[in-house]
Amino acid sequence: MRRLSAFLAGLIFGIGLLLAGMANPAKVLAFLDLAGAWDPSLALVMAGAIAVAAGPLNWARTRTTSLLGAPMQLPVKRELDRRLIGGSLLFGIGWGIAGICPGPALAILLTGHWQIIVFMLALLTGMGLFRALESRRAL
Amino acid sequence: MTIDWLNFTPWPALAGGALIGLAASLFVLGNGRIAGISGLLGSVLEGGEGRGEKALFLLGLLLAPLLWGLFAALPTIEFQSDWLGLVLAGLLVGIGTRYGAGCTSGHGVCGISRLSPRSLVATLVFMAAGFATVYIVRHLLGG
Repeated sequence: MRRLSAFLAGLIFGIGLLLAGMANPAKVLAFLDLAGAWDPSLALVMAGAIAVAAGPLNWARTRTTSLLGAPMQLPVKRELDRRLIGGSLLFGIGWGIAGICPGPALAILLTGHWQIIVFMLALLTGMGLFRALESRRAL
Repeated sequence: MTIDWLNFTPWPALAGGALIGLAASLFVLGNGRIAGISGLLGSVLEGGEGRGEKALFLLGLLLAPLLWGLFAALPTIEFQSDWLGLVLAGLLVGIGTRYGAGCTSGHGVCGISRLSPRSLVATLVFMAAGFATVYIVRHLLGG
């Protein structure tokens, strides 16, 4: 059952991104372009998602297991550190350059555009770089 | 600021957002996990625990356009960067989301939904960086 719910959640997530227009980098960039012809759609995507998810996510906080018996694993970190700020800053710059974040990147990976393959390979390289730097730090 | 009314799509945006919220709810109530795409991807690549269920979520996400394609034409997907921009953007998104422990889905949707101060700060930072970057690229460099 948990395998099915995971798969369905991913599928619904992807359909939601496609329907919302967020799988289109040009539309995301139009949202980020406050000084140009501004397309506010993305703000409504977030508002719609939060309106639906807020109740269930806050209910989840009060539970120790999921409805299907998995341990509830919510983030516990509280501190606002340099890693959080610096990482989010780098992510935002990358997002602003191409208009692609990780969810939409996966949701359009199999649509046959060469651009998303290039972006994805670079994204995976970036994640590999993070891992390499982390393992060096741990030594 | 001028609103681009022609391209503003409030209803599909709200409906798509609601589906994203539904997916995040299903994943947390069914699997006990946050639907943060960068975290799931990093964890699947690095071989963390619960890899199977995380990989299945990502598989569903990957297959979404194929399911969509059975019923309707895929929506427009227009890229505005050359290959160099795509490489630079991909590297920054990859490394930044791992250091920042989340992206638009994990921090922006799930984190704000559960009122996490870390996610609220992260979302404000990456949104501001995104706005500033587009301003610099489009209006200062004229790219």
